[in-house]
Amino acid sequence: MLTILQDMGSYALRASPQAKALGFTLMGLAPGEATVRCPYSPELVGDVETGVVAGGVVTTLLDHTCGHAVLAALDAFRPIATLDLRIDYLRAAEPGCDILAHAQCYKLTRSVAFVRAIAFDRDKDDPVATVQATFMLDSSRSARRKGSTSHAQTIPDGGASA
Amino acid sequence: MSPRPAQPAAQKLADLIQRTPYIRRLGVRMELAGDEMTAVLPYCETLIGDPGLPALHGGVLGAFLELTALAQLFVMTEIEHQPRPIGVTVEYLRSGRPVDTYARAQIKRIGSRVANVYAEAWQDTRAAPITCLHGRFLLTSRTGPSNAGSSPVQTPSTT
Repeated sequence: MLTILQDMGSYALRASPQAKALGFTLMGLAPGEATVRCPYSPELVGDVETGVVAGGVVTTLLDHTCGHAVLAALDAFRPIATLDLRIDYLRAAEPGCDILAHAQCYKLTRSVAFVRAIAFDRDKDDPVATVQATFMLDSSRSARRKGSTSHAQTIPDGGASA
Repeated sequence: MSPRPAQPAAQKLADLIQRTPYIRRLGVRMELAGDEMTAVLPYCETLIGDPGLPALHGGVLGAFLELTALAQLFVMTEIEHQPRPIGVTVEYLRSGRPVDTYARAQIKRIGSRVANVYAEAWQDTRAAPITCLHGRFLLTSRTGPSNAGSSPVQTPSTT
Protein backbone atom coordinates (compact mmCIF):
# COMPACT_ATOMS: atom_id res chain seq x y z
CA MET A 1 0.00 0.00 0.00
CA LEU A 2 2.67 2.44 1.06
CA THR A 3 4.82 1.49 -1.91
CA ILE A 4 1.99 2.44 -4.22
CA LEU A 5 1.66 5.72 -2.37
CA GLN A 6 5.36 6.37 -2.62
CA ASP A 7 5.41 5.58 -6.33
CA MET A 8 2.46 7.88 -6.83
CA GLY A 9 4.03 10.62 -4.72
CA SER A 10 7.37 10.59 -6.40
CA TYR A 11 5.65 10.44 -9.76
CA ALA A 12 3.54 13.48 -8.89
CA LEU A 13 6.65 15.36 -7.76
CA ARG A 14 8.57 14.48 -10.89
CA ALA A 15 5.60 15.34 -13.04
CA SER A 16 5.16 18.84 -11.62
CA PRO A 17 7.47 21.19 -13.53
CA GLN A 18 7.36 23.82 -10.77
CA ALA A 19 8.28 21.28 -8.08
CA LYS A 20 11.11 20.13 -10.29
CA ALA A 21 12.26 23.70 -10.94
CA LEU A 22 12.47 24.37 -7.20
CA GLY A 23 14.22 21.04 -6.56
CA PHE A 24 11.53 19.64 -4.27
CA THR A 25 12.18 16.12 -3.01
CA LEU A 26 9.68 13.84 -1.35
CA MET A 27 11.04 12.88 2.06
CA GLY A 28 8.19 10.83 3.40
CA LEU A 29 4.70 9.65 2.63
CA ALA A 30 2.15 7.89 4.82
CA PRO A 31 -1.62 7.60 4.58
CA GLY A 32 -2.85 11.20 4.69
CA GLU A 33 0.62 12.61 5.36
CA ALA A 34 3.50 13.94 3.30
CA THR A 35 6.90 15.55 3.89
CA VAL A 36 8.68 17.52 1.16
CA ARG A 37 12.06 19.27 1.19
CA CYS A 38 12.89 22.49 -0.63
CA PRO A 39 16.65 23.02 -1.01
CA TYR A 40 18.04 26.47 -0.24
CA SER A 41 19.02 28.51 -3.26
CA PRO A 42 20.16 32.15 -3.48
CA GLU A 43 17.71 32.53 -6.39
CA LEU A 44 14.78 32.03 -4.03
CA VAL A 45 15.72 34.81 -1.65
CA GLY A 46 13.17 37.53 -0.94
CA ASP A 47 15.61 40.18 0.28
CA VAL A 48 19.33 40.02 -0.48
CA GLU A 49 20.01 42.11 2.59
CA THR A 50 18.87 39.29 4.88
CA GLY A 51 19.32 36.22 2.65
CA VAL A 52 15.93 34.95 3.81
CA VAL A 53 13.94 32.82 1.34
CA ALA A 54 10.86 34.63 -0.06
CA GLY A 55 7.52 33.91 1.56
CA GLY A 56 6.17 32.87 -1.82
CA VAL A 57 8.57 29.93 -1.97
CA VAL A 58 7.24 28.72 1.38
CA THR A 59 3.70 29.17 -0.02
CA THR A 60 4.53 26.95 -2.98
CA LEU A 61 6.19 24.32 -0.77
CA LEU A 62 3.23 24.26 1.63
CA ASP A 63 0.64 24.09 -1.17
CA HIS A 64 2.55 21.29 -2.82
CA THR A 65 3.01 19.28 0.37
CA CYS A 66 -0.65 19.70 1.31
CA GLY A 67 -1.66 18.43 -2.13
CA HIS A 68 0.47 15.34 -1.60
CA ALA A 69 -1.07 14.69 1.80
CA VAL A 70 -4.51 14.79 0.15
CA LEU A 71 -3.43 12.38 -2.60
CA ALA A 72 -1.96 10.13 0.07
CA ALA A 73 -5.32 10.11 1.89
CA LEU A 74 -7.25 8.91 -1.19
CA ASP A 75 -7.82 5.29 -2.12
CA ALA A 76 -7.24 5.97 -5.79
CA PHE A 77 -5.94 8.92 -7.74
CA ARG A 78 -8.43 11.74 -8.21
CA PRO A 79 -7.61 15.18 -9.60
CA ILE A 80 -7.46 17.80 -6.87
CA ALA A 81 -7.26 21.59 -6.78
CA THR A 82 -6.43 24.01 -4.00
CA LEU A 83 -9.50 25.93 -2.84
CA ASP A 84 -7.79 28.12 -0.28
CA LEU A 85 -4.68 28.53 1.83
CA ARG A 86 -4.31 30.53 5.01
CA ILE A 87 -0.63 30.92 5.84
CA ASP A 88 1.03 32.43 8.90
CA TYR A 89 4.70 33.32 8.58
CA LEU A 90 5.92 32.76 12.12
CA ARG A 91 9.55 33.71 11.63
CA ALA A 92 12.16 34.20 8.94
CA ALA A 93 13.71 30.99 7.64
CA GLU A 94 17.41 30.65 8.37
CA PRO A 95 19.52 31.73 5.40
CA GLY A 96 21.31 28.79 3.84
CA CYS A 97 18.98 26.18 5.33
CA ASP A 98 16.72 23.85 3.39
CA ILE A 99 13.07 24.15 4.29
CA LEU A 100 10.91 21.11 4.95
CA ALA A 101 7.16 20.91 5.04
CA HIS A 102 5.02 18.30 6.72
CA ALA A 103 1.32 18.13 5.89
CA GLN A 104 -1.55 16.14 7.31
CA CYS A 105 -4.92 15.65 5.66
CA TYR A 106 -7.12 15.31 8.73
CA LYS A 107 -10.57 15.27 7.18
CA LEU A 108 -11.90 14.02 3.90
CA THR A 109 -15.48 14.52 2.74
CA ARG A 110 -16.97 13.52 -0.60
CA SER A 111 -15.74 16.64 -2.32
CA VAL A 112 -13.46 18.54 0.07
CA ALA A 113 -10.18 17.69 1.82
CA PHE A 114 -9.02 19.61 4.89
CA VAL A 115 -5.28 19.85 5.47
CA ARG A 116 -2.84 21.51 7.82
CA ALA A 117 0.91 21.76 7.46
CA ILE A 118 4.01 23.30 8.93
CA ALA A 119 7.23 24.46 7.32
CA PHE A 120 10.45 24.31 9.33
CA ASP A 121 14.20 24.44 8.83
CA ARG A 122 16.12 22.99 11.78
CA ASP A 123 13.53 22.11 14.35
CA LYS A 124 10.03 20.83 13.75
CA ASP A 125 8.96 22.43 17.03
CA ASP A 126 10.08 25.87 15.88
CA PRO A 127 8.24 26.23 12.56
CA VAL A 128 8.86 28.92 9.96
CA ALA A 129 5.24 28.90 8.81
CA THR A 130 1.95 27.12 9.35
CA VAL A 131 -0.92 26.68 6.90
CA GLN A 132 -4.53 25.63 6.96
CA ALA A 133 -5.82 24.59 3.54
CA THR A 134 -8.78 23.07 1.73
CA PHE A 135 -8.74 21.19 -1.56
CA MET A 136 -11.52 20.27 -3.95
CA LEU A 137 -11.58 16.63 -5.01
CA ASP A 138 -12.31 15.64 -8.61
CA SER A 139 -11.46 19.17 -9.57
CA SER A 140 -11.29 18.76 -13.31
CA ARG A 141 -14.65 19.12 -14.98
CA SER A 142 -14.36 15.94 -16.97
CA ALA A 143 -13.98 14.10 -13.71
CA ARG A 144 -17.49 15.08 -12.74
CA ARG A 145 -19.34 15.09 -16.00
CA LYS A 146 -18.54 14.25 -19.54
CA GLY A 147 -18.58 16.68 -22.38
CA SER A 148 -16.65 19.82 -23.15
CA THR A 149 -17.19 23.11 -21.36
CA SER A 150 -16.65 26.68 -22.42
CA HIS A 151 -13.64 27.14 -20.15
CA ALA A 152 -11.84 23.93 -20.95
CA GLN A 153 -9.11 24.66 -23.43
CA THR A 154 -7.71 21.21 -23.34
CA ILE A 155 -9.55 18.18 -22.17
CA PRO A 156 -7.91 17.08 -18.94
CA ASP A 157 -6.51 13.59 -19.02
CA GLY A 158 -7.19 13.13 -15.33
CA GLY A 159 -7.80 9.82 -13.66
CA ALA A 160 -11.57 10.05 -13.66
CA SER A 161 -12.08 7.76 -16.62
CA ALA A 162 -9.87 5.08 -15.15
CA MET B 1 -5.40 62.40 -2.20
CA SER B 2 -2.59 60.07 -1.45
CA PRO B 3 0.65 61.62 -0.30
CA ARG B 4 3.39 61.85 -2.85
CA PRO B 5 6.07 59.23 -2.23
CA ALA B 6 9.33 60.74 -1.01
CA GLN B 7 11.36 58.60 -3.39
CA PRO B 8 10.10 58.21 -6.95
CA ALA B 9 8.07 55.04 -7.30
CA ALA B 10 10.07 53.92 -10.33
CA GLN B 11 13.30 54.07 -8.35
CA LYS B 12 11.81 52.20 -5.41
CA LEU B 13 10.43 49.55 -7.74
CA ALA B 14 13.80 49.10 -9.45
CA ASP B 15 15.44 48.75 -6.01
CA LEU B 16 12.88 46.17 -4.91
CA ILE B 17 13.40 44.07 -8.01
CA GLN B 18 17.15 44.40 -7.66
CA ARG B 19 17.17 43.12 -4.12
CA THR B 20 14.61 40.35 -4.62
CA PRO B 21 16.13 37.47 -6.60
CA TYR B 22 12.86 35.52 -6.36
CA ILE B 23 11.01 38.18 -8.41
CA ARG B 24 13.55 37.71 -11.18
CA ARG B 25 13.48 33.93 -10.79
CA LEU B 26 9.72 33.84 -11.34
CA GLY B 27 10.16 36.19 -14.30
CA VAL B 28 7.71 38.70 -12.81
CA ARG B 29 7.60 42.19 -14.37
CA MET B 30 6.05 45.16 -12.67
CA GLU B 31 4.78 48.04 -14.73
CA LEU B 32 3.97 51.49 -13.43
CA ALA B 33 1.35 53.68 -15.02
CA GLY B 34 1.11 56.81 -12.92
CA ASP B 35 -0.15 55.76 -9.54
CA GLU B 36 -1.19 52.30 -10.77
CA MET B 37 1.00 49.26 -10.85
CA THR B 38 0.35 46.08 -12.78
CA ALA B 39 2.39 42.94 -12.22
CA VAL B 40 2.85 40.47 -15.05
CA LEU B 41 3.74 36.80 -14.69
CA PRO B 42 4.76 35.69 -18.19
CA TYR B 43 3.83 32.10 -18.90
CA CYS B 44 6.67 29.64 -18.64
CA GLU B 45 6.51 25.83 -18.65
CA THR B 46 8.26 25.59 -15.27
CA LEU B 47 5.35 27.40 -13.58
CA ILE B 48 3.03 24.47 -14.21
CA GLY B 49 1.94 22.51 -11.16
CA ASP B 50 -0.40 20.01 -12.77
CA PRO B 51 0.74 18.98 -16.24
CA GLY B 52 -2.45 16.96 -16.77
CA LEU B 53 -4.73 19.97 -17.15
CA PRO B 54 -2.29 21.83 -17.56
CA ALA B 55 -2.61 24.39 -14.76
CA LEU B 56 -0.27 26.87 -13.14
CA HIS B 57 0.97 25.81 -9.69
CA GLY B 58 -1.29 27.22 -6.97
CA GLY B 59 1.74 28.14 -4.91
CA VAL B 60 3.17 30.19 -7.77
CA LEU B 61 -0.07 32.17 -8.06
CA GLY B 62 -0.04 32.77 -4.31
CA ALA B 63 3.61 33.85 -4.48
CA PHE B 64 2.91 36.14 -7.45
CA LEU B 65 0.06 37.87 -5.60
CA GLU B 66 2.13 38.19 -2.45
CA LEU B 67 4.90 39.89 -4.44
CA THR B 68 2.33 42.18 -6.08
CA ALA B 69 0.86 43.14 -2.70
CA LEU B 70 4.33 43.73 -1.24
CA ALA B 71 5.41 45.85 -4.20
CA GLN B 72 2.24 47.94 -4.10
CA LEU B 73 2.78 48.58 -0.42
CA PHE B 74 6.48 49.36 -0.64
CA VAL B 75 6.58 51.25 -3.93
CA MET B 76 3.39 53.29 -3.75
CA THR B 77 3.78 54.59 -0.19
CA GLU B 78 6.44 56.35 1.84
CA ILE B 79 7.44 53.18 3.67
CA GLU B 80 11.23 53.09 3.89
CA HIS B 81 11.88 49.45 4.66
CA GLN B 82 10.64 46.39 2.83
CA PRO B 83 7.55 45.16 4.76
CA ARG B 84 7.55 41.58 6.01
CA PRO B 85 4.57 39.29 5.49
CA ILE B 86 2.80 38.19 8.67
CA GLY B 87 0.29 36.04 6.86
CA VAL B 88 -1.69 35.62 3.68
CA THR B 89 -5.02 34.11 2.76
CA VAL B 90 -5.24 32.87 -0.82
CA GLU B 91 -8.43 31.84 -2.58
CA TYR B 92 -8.39 29.94 -5.84
CA LEU B 93 -11.35 30.87 -7.99
CA ARG B 94 -10.45 29.44 -11.37
CA SER B 95 -7.73 27.21 -12.72
CA GLY B 96 -4.63 29.10 -13.93
CA ARG B 97 -4.31 28.30 -17.61
CA PRO B 98 -0.92 28.20 -19.35
CA VAL B 99 -0.98 31.84 -20.45
CA ASP B 100 0.33 35.15 -19.05
CA THR B 101 -1.19 36.24 -15.74
CA TYR B 102 -1.68 39.80 -14.48
CA ALA B 103 -2.23 41.18 -11.01
CA ARG B 104 -3.06 44.39 -9.23
CA ALA B 105 -3.13 45.18 -5.55
CA GLN B 106 -5.06 47.59 -3.39
CA ILE B 107 -3.95 48.84 0.00
CA LYS B 108 -6.89 48.49 2.34
CA ARG B 109 -5.30 50.03 5.39
CA ILE B 110 -1.90 51.17 6.59
CA GLY B 111 -1.50 51.46 10.34
CA SER B 112 1.64 52.28 12.23
CA ARG B 113 2.72 48.65 12.41
CA VAL B 114 0.50 46.59 10.11
CA ALA B 115 -0.79 47.05 6.57
CA ASN B 116 -3.62 45.09 4.96
CA VAL B 117 -3.38 44.61 1.21
CA TYR B 118 -5.71 42.88 -1.25
CA ALA B 119 -4.48 41.54 -4.58
CA GLU B 120 -6.19 39.85 -7.49
CA ALA B 121 -4.84 37.92 -10.47
CA TRP B 122 -6.52 37.49 -13.82
CA GLN B 123 -5.71 36.16 -17.27
CA ASP B 124 -8.00 37.08 -20.19
CA THR B 125 -10.71 38.91 -18.33
CA ARG B 126 -10.06 41.22 -15.42
CA ALA B 127 -13.65 40.73 -14.25
CA ALA B 128 -13.02 36.98 -13.94
CA PRO B 129 -10.12 36.76 -11.47
CA ILE B 130 -8.42 33.40 -11.08
CA THR B 131 -6.88 33.94 -7.64
CA CYS B 132 -7.16 36.53 -4.89
CA LEU B 133 -5.10 37.21 -1.80
CA HIS B 134 -5.50 39.08 1.45
CA GLY B 135 -2.09 39.89 2.90
CA ARG B 136 -1.05 41.19 6.28
CA PHE B 137 2.34 42.88 6.40
CA LEU B 138 4.49 44.07 9.26
CA LEU B 139 5.90 47.53 8.71
CA THR B 140 9.40 47.23 10.08
CA SER B 141 11.50 50.04 11.41
CA ARG B 142 14.83 48.32 11.45
CA THR B 143 17.25 49.69 13.97
CA GLY B 144 20.36 51.12 12.44
CA PRO B 145 21.06 51.96 8.85
CA SER B 146 20.05 49.41 6.28
CA ASN B 147 23.54 49.40 4.81
CA ALA B 148 24.92 47.46 7.78
CA GLY B 149 25.76 44.68 5.41
CA SER B 150 28.20 42.94 7.72
CA SER B 151 25.58 41.61 10.11
CA PRO B 152 24.35 38.48 8.37
CA VAL B 153 20.76 38.55 9.39
CA GLN B 154 18.45 39.37 12.20
CA THR B 155 16.48 36.25 12.82
CA PRO B 156 15.65 36.17 16.48
CA SER B 157 13.81 32.98 17.29
CA THR B 158 12.01 34.93 19.94
CA THR B 159 11.49 38.65 20.01
